[in-house]
Amino acid sequence: MSIAVTGINKRFGDFVALSDVDLEVPTGRLTALLGPSGGGKSTLLRIIAGLEFPDTGTVEIEGVHATWLPPQKRSVGFVFQHYAAFKHLSVYRNVAFGLEIRKKPKAEIRKRVMELLELVHLEQFADRLPSQLSGGQRQRMALARALAVQPEVLLLDEPFGALDAQVRKELRDWLRNLHDEMHVTTIFVTHDQEEALEVSDEIVVINGGKIEQTGSPDDLYDKPANDFVMKFLGPVTTLDGRLVRPHDIEVLRAAESDAVGATVTKLTRVGFEVRAELRTAGGRSGEVSEPWVQLTRSQAEALALEPGREVWLRTSSAPQTLAVS
Amino acid sequence: MTDTSVKLETSAGGDDSRPPVLVRSPRRKPPSGSPVTRWILRILAVGYVLGLVALPVGTVIEHTFENGLEPVLESLRNPDLQSAARLGVFVAVISVVINTVFGVGISILIVRYRFPGRRLLNAIIDLPVSISPIVVGIALIFVYGSGGWFGPALTSMGIQIIFATPALILATVIVALPLVVREVIPVLEEAGTEQDQAAQSLGANAFQRFVRITLPTIKWALAYGVVLSLARSLGEFGAVRVVSGSVAGESQTLTLFVNDSYQEFGAQAEQDAFTAAFLLMCVAVLFIVIIALLRPKEQTK
Amino acid sequence: MTTTRTPAPPRRRPRPVSSGRLTSASGLGLGVGVLWLSLIVLLPIASIVVVAFQSGFGEFWDSITHPGALAAIRLSVGAALLVTVINAVMGTLVAWVLVRDSFWGKRIVEVIIDIPFALPTIVAGLVLISLYGPQSPFGINLVGTRTGIFVALLFVTLPFVVRSVQPVLIEMERDVEEAAASLGASGFTIFRRIVLPTLAPAILAGSALAFARALGEFGSVILISANLAGKTEVSSAYILKLIEQNDTTGAAAVATILLLVAVIVLVLLDSLQRLAARRD
Repeated sequence: MSIAVTGINKRFGDFVALSDVDLEVPTGRLTALLGPSGGGKSTLLRIIAGLEFPDTGTVEIEGVHATWLPPQKRSVGFVFQHYAAFKHLSVYRNVAFGLEIRKKPKAEIRKRVMELLELVHLEQFADRLPSQLSGGQRQRMALARALAVQPEVLLLDEPFGALDAQVRKELRDWLRNLHDEMHVTTIFVTHDQEEALEVSDEIVVINGGKIEQTGSPDDLYDKPANDFVMKFLGPVTTLDGRLVRPHDIEVLRAAESDAVGATVTKLTRVGFEVRAELRTAGGRSGEVSEPWVQLTRSQAEALALEPGREVWLRTSSAPQTLAVS
Repeated sequence: MTDTSVKLETSAGGDDSRPPVLVRSPRRKPPSGSPVTRWILRILAVGYVLGLVALPVGTVIEHTFENGLEPVLESLRNPDLQSAARLGVFVAVISVVINTVFGVGISILIVRYRFPGRRLLNAIIDLPVSISPIVVGIALIFVYGSGGWFGPALTSMGIQIIFATPALILATVIVALPLVVREVIPVLEEAGTEQDQAAQSLGANAFQRFVRITLPTIKWALAYGVVLSLARSLGEFGAVRVVSGSVAGESQTLTLFVNDSYQEFGAQAEQDAFTAAFLLMCVAVLFIVIIALLRPKEQTK
Repeated sequence: MTTTRTPAPPRRRPRPVSSGRLTSASGLGLGVGVLWLSLIVLLPIASIVVVAFQSGFGEFWDSITHPGALAAIRLSVGAALLVTVINAVMGTLVAWVLVRDSFWGKRIVEVIIDIPFALPTIVAGLVLISLYGPQSPFGINLVGTRTGIFVALLFVTLPFVVRSVQPVLIEMERDVEEAAASLGASGFTIFRRIVLPTLAPAILAGSALAFARALGEFGSVILISANLAGKTEVSSAYILKLIEQNDTTGAAAVATILLLVAVIVLVLLDSLQRLAARRD
């Protein structure tokens, strides 16, 4: 285990940020801490970095007890949401900062910094000031800066949160590729489930100061431990008293034994996909529900869906459903 | 009137956390009001400033040089003027050093830490600018004078404060107290603590973070505050007047020299007063120019 | 994987930079800072009040009701109030012209405005006496008159309101004024209803500083006022006279009144400023 966090509790005044959290992060993996804002994920990351200290509990990094070590004594690289660029230093000096602190020889610093700038595609911006870079470039610089000191663990706090959608997507792919090359143990915090599902090897869902579930993206999506995880990881709708993913509902033209009758109330086209809103006539549970179903356009056309049409709905094979609690 | 207006723009990119940059342009929009009102306002404002400030300043220059350059040079050779200038500069420099160290330290404490009495501390620092310099002077006498609270104890230790250089320094430090703090605090507040934390995670200790991150961040504001303090310190008169005793060649600063020479009512004494005043005025204008040059730099940081 | 025993937390826990709670080093720094402030600001101010009352309230009362003291206090407070009002109006006007108008020589005017700030007060006094003294090029002799004191105070307090109003005017959105104009408001109405309320906090802040400065002013007025007792002797000059006559109680008593007036006016203007700022 690269990072082992045990029994962490942390309060800010009356607010419980983390409550009895245990977490193990395997070496060389890319792990996402996913959850709504205020759920405690950033606090956990900052405790691992030494930027906060827990009220109780321990932090172990690569077998070393680090709970009370100040950040500068942990082998940890930290990337901030708002870059925390050293505004008065050039891109080169920003990346060189940690190496200069460690009093490395000039030639070695130069070699290492240029390698990293190449890695983050900023080699031609070495002499610029951070204010002359775009947000995405600044964040890549911050990443190079954190990597320069060869940390055992790389921590990223909402690293793409301040960027616009397009850049965010680019950087996301780029982070994944970078990780595949470098294999440094990485934890990043995000509230964006798509980001977590797409990039990480493992996802830790945190809510209300507690870990809800830990697992691979597929595990979490297909076998959510509870309502919260299911709702947080993707779209959900209710059919016959159960939570279902809208793309897991099968629409039938004819009645089947396990299907529920429903009327189409509204059809909305979103690009190639069609969202059908329906009203059930009350299934086995006897409840009227208003599910929506996600279909492709060809499926919708084949079924000749239109508002007012009567159809039958059932969950498709091997569905993930949860009883509504 | 051509409309060459430039609107207030936020910095390009839109994705970053920096505050909007003020694009200051002399002609953002055509001035409002009719031409007649505009001219009246313009003449009123410029006339007031010129009449109140420029005219008197011009007269003093004229007075200084009304008998040519030779009397001015004669004054400059006056050993009392020379020693007053030396003492004035010495007191000002020491005071500025003290206020800079104190100002930077207390600014960091006020911005980065929360402790009881923080707002009170902030208010106390501003107090000296609202107090008459004469009151500052007599207060120092009450505390540190030979009959004051600490006077006897200090005397028995062989330390004289009042009517000696330490009192000049103390008085000057007090009147210039908030100038550095007021410049540094806003810059520190805007910079936040993230850069500091980033440096810490990269291995920098407290001293390294101060030298490599905090100091460069506040350098222009600090320079600005130091120049303001220096101007105020060199020019302090009232508080220094009370605590100095103003013995020529010993405890007389340049501002005291101006006053004492003018009160003497001799032709050369008056010339000395004007020459010293002219010197101080040149330094003041130099400071204003430096401040004007520093100001835009501070804004672009 | 190595299993290490959990170490007990250190007795004094480390504090993160971000927590805002004092560490031992910053606590020490704070202690030194507070001690220094006490030595140079708090103790001296306390000493004024203590000395003023050390011979009893009767002595204090006699000191401040002495005709000379009353005249000096009345003169200082009156002149400071009047000068503050005039410069609040003129300072706002000057700031307005500097921000909204543009003309040749504007930058020079900008520099001239800072001169009273940077000029040593005694030099300001000399400057004024050479223009309005016995050798005045215009034959105006204001030495020993209240008008002279008045002009000196106008001179030294000019920059306060200008410099506090200017940045607010620069940042002010012109759109609001344009909206008002499009709704049919006249230039004066726009100024009174839209601009003035926005500027009010800045004008009040500048006025507070100007008043405090004028109230205690010494260097720039002593030459031109000639310190005629009961007529042109301002409070600070009166205090200095008493201390030089070894009347410490009298000096401290008048100084206490000056402190009190300054505090009252500063608090009053501060609450007005808060009231005005609440509208934003």
